[in-house]
Amino acid sequence: MDAAALGEWSRFVVAGAIAAFIVSWLAYCADTAYRLRGRRVVSGSAAAVGAPAAPHLARVSGTGAAEPIGDGSTERGSEPVVAYDQADRMAGVGYSVTVLATLLLGAGVVLRALSVSRPPWGNMYEFSITAALVASIAFLALARTKAGRALAVWVVLLVFVTLSLAVTVLYLPPGPLVPALRSYWLVVHVGAAVLAFGLFTVAAVVSALQIVAERAESRGVTSGLGASLPAATTLDRLAYRMIAIAFPIWTVGPLILGAIWAEASWGRYWGWDPKEVWALITWLAYAAFLHARATAGWKGSKASAVSLIAYGTVLFSYFGVNIVFNGLHSYGGL
Amino acid sequence: MTVRDVETAPGPPEPGRPPALSARESAAWVWRQLTSMRVALILLFMLAVAAIPGSVVPQNDINPLAVGDFRARNPALSEWYDRLGLFDVYSAPWFAAIYLALLVSLVGCILPRSVQHWRAMRAAAPPAPRRLSRMPVYRRFEVTATPGEVLDAARAELRGRRFRVAPAGGAFVDAAESAAELHVKSDGYLGGSVAGEAGHLRETGNLVFHLAVVVVLVAVAAGSLFGYRATVLVPEGSGFANSVIQFDGLSSGALFDAGNLPPFSLEVDQFDMQFVEAGPQLGTPDEFEATVRFTPEPGAAEQTRTIRVNEPLAVNGTLVHILNPGYAPEITVRDADGTVLAEGPVPFLPQDNSFTSTGVRKVPVGPESGLGEDIGIQGLFLPTAVVDDRGPRSIFPEPRNPALFLTAFHGDLGLDDGKPQSVYRLDTSGMEQFRADDGEAFRAALAVGETVQLPDGYGSVTFDGYVTWVNLQIGRNAGKEFVLAGALMALAGLLASLYVRRRRAWVRVEPGVGAATVVEIAGLQRSEGGDLETEVDGIAEGLLGRLPAVPVARGTSRATPAGTARPDA
Repeated sequence: MDAAALGEWSRFVVAGAIAAFIVSWLAYCADTAYRLRGRRVVSGSAAAVGAPAAPHLARVSGTGAAEPIGDGSTERGSEPVVAYDQADRMAGVGYSVTVLATLLLGAGVVLRALSVSRPPWGNMYEFSITAALVASIAFLALARTKAGRALAVWVVLLVFVTLSLAVTVLYLPPGPLVPALRSYWLVVHVGAAVLAFGLFTVAAVVSALQIVAERAESRGVTSGLGASLPAATTLDRLAYRMIAIAFPIWTVGPLILGAIWAEASWGRYWGWDPKEVWALITWLAYAAFLHARATAGWKGSKASAVSLIAYGTVLFSYFGVNIVFNGLHSYGGL
Repeated sequence: MTVRDVETAPGPPEPGRPPALSARESAAWVWRQLTSMRVALILLFMLAVAAIPGSVVPQNDINPLAVGDFRARNPALSEWYDRLGLFDVYSAPWFAAIYLALLVSLVGCILPRSVQHWRAMRAAAPPAPRRLSRMPVYRRFEVTATPGEVLDAARAELRGRRFRVAPAGGAFVDAAESAAELHVKSDGYLGGSVAGEAGHLRETGNLVFHLAVVVVLVAVAAGSLFGYRATVLVPEGSGFANSVIQFDGLSSGALFDAGNLPPFSLEVDQFDMQFVEAGPQLGTPDEFEATVRFTPEPGAAEQTRTIRVNEPLAVNGTLVHILNPGYAPEITVRDADGTVLAEGPVPFLPQDNSFTSTGVRKVPVGPESGLGEDIGIQGLFLPTAVVDDRGPRSIFPEPRNPALFLTAFHGDLGLDDGKPQSVYRLDTSGMEQFRADDGEAFRAALAVGETVQLPDGYGSVTFDGYVTWVNLQIGRNAGKEFVLAGALMALAGLLASLYVRRRRAWVRVEPGVGAATVVEIAGLQRSEGGDLETEVDGIAEGLLGRLPAVPVARGTSRATPAGTARPDA
């Protein structure tokens, strides 16, 4: 099979993955809806029998994975139980279909790599599908936890939106790289950027949910999205862990290896090219996040806000710099 | 408020207002603020924001052409940009102010912390708190071994787990002493405790990271003083010697010494350009390769080397890179008698991805020419020429149908009035365009080998052929080894500060009922991440494994809920 045909196959398979992600997204939406319904019924009935709303219904502790389904204090327990059963079933469907979608996406990425005979991150299309694959694998690693289940709707949404953009707007048929990109540095420099990008994406979703959860907690909300989330501190720790993994990767790949490659390719290790500037801005922003978490008064949702701002700079150094600026990194293929 | 104010007007502070700070106190306050995490955080943000304009506004030292273009289009705005230093953001005073403040804040923060950490590393772990059961992780069980045996086992186990173990006495017997002494000294109260602390490497890593960032910044700054970068445009078949007068452009640091340039010379024998010939990326660069004859120093043996895009030629820390390529048509101008006035390749500048290139051939009046005027040829070189409704242009960067479109001027080129001129552009202010017989502007389109006569018997222009040219960059990044070493140090420090967990563990023994000894183990996490519960369980298991006898009973075991891990402040 020749390169062009492989490329076409890759695109079909990625399109199939998008379809599967949409199915899993719908399943996770249903899961969330059932869980919210179950919670409403539970808290509603608790109020109806005159009992004070048990605190563990408002907030399921981060360590206790059990849903409050078997709570004997609710007399009309059958309704929430049904809702929770259906939620669990939907989450199971969502998980299975996400696994399938991720496998399809992985196959699409591999086919793409075969069609171009190099790592599949030489232009924006390839970078996007590979980053989406990283994000979905990172998500699958968490999907079975309570926090992962809370993330599902949003991560899967981001993944299939990114993929849809990739196969339509960003699509480029397989072709050789410009000479400047033909280097083993591409494998590690851009590879690390893809990896960090995927992790930052999932971390940003966690941070956004952390803000929602913390608000719900401070207001004592017992129903709705906020109340359905894991504890704010759990989400805070999860976001921190993902960023603690991605930040050194960002330090190595885009910054250190980028500088080494820039010296080999352009004769200077740092030249304030727009991409370099934005990679540095991203680094500074995540450094600010790490410092914020260690600063009194900035913990929790404020640190999460910093994480979201930092993710904004990631998006800009990827999309913005490639599209808006005409620098040395104009390899996007747009 | 100055010192004098305080001294001459020491009157009682107004009610409701705190007493004025002395200069010393104010300075201390400013220093405390500057070195606080909050201000460091703000400075980090400010630096990130301050870097943005440099990516939006064209920068003098990155793309001077774009700056010139911007100035031409927005003269009024450019004036303001100049005042704010927006064309030179990264060397602007306000940008320097932010990163210097950050640097001071950083140093001011890490120096005291280093001293503190030095002391903490040498200090013994704090003794076991009176009530271990209040610690986040707590285990309690009974064994038949003696308290002394348990303490020895605990010490060995903690050491085996790379805890720094300190004897902790308190009200109890110093556990460093042997089991025999324990019985004697303890007056019937057989007990003692061992304290251990692990993960000092976290703070060490943190300090190393920040120190290394300072190393990187200093190395970059110092290196830029000594480094240089020059460009030379070399047509195929020509060469240059590495000296300042041969450079087309040079930017160098304040302490750069032109006498220190490595005295090599270089001839470009061949420069090949290949482009993608089919498919969606038709016409994009495929490979650039320069074959050069390289002489390391005058008199040395000549070597043949190859330079490719990602494979520069390295000479003693100086790197020679391919920057960008182009074509140089060979244009010969003769006078009416056939005397050659100018010949050889003239580099033309590519205007698009298909290498539609523009350039000029300037023929000044010379002693041997029979002309009374300068001649200027303005040309368009098209490697693969087509003429359509958009005029003559190239549709592919490789020479498939090379053609030279030209027009010519006569008059004064303006070369003598001392003003620097572009070699790629004709100043036609003192010149007049040649006219064809019909009165139209003179134009010609030449294929390789063709000649056109200039009107009015001025002579002829021949398109002999073309060669490629390559713009080479010669540069040295002084201090890059230090920058790299600093960056790797920073990375190592970062990894340690993110992944090493600082935690404490205590083991206390007390006599239980009968021959039993009650063992309490507690853990305290002093930084995030990890699973202290598992670790404390592991300590318990290991401790039991080191005891000579089997435990009597695995007694109560209690763990407080998660979420009590304490991040480092």
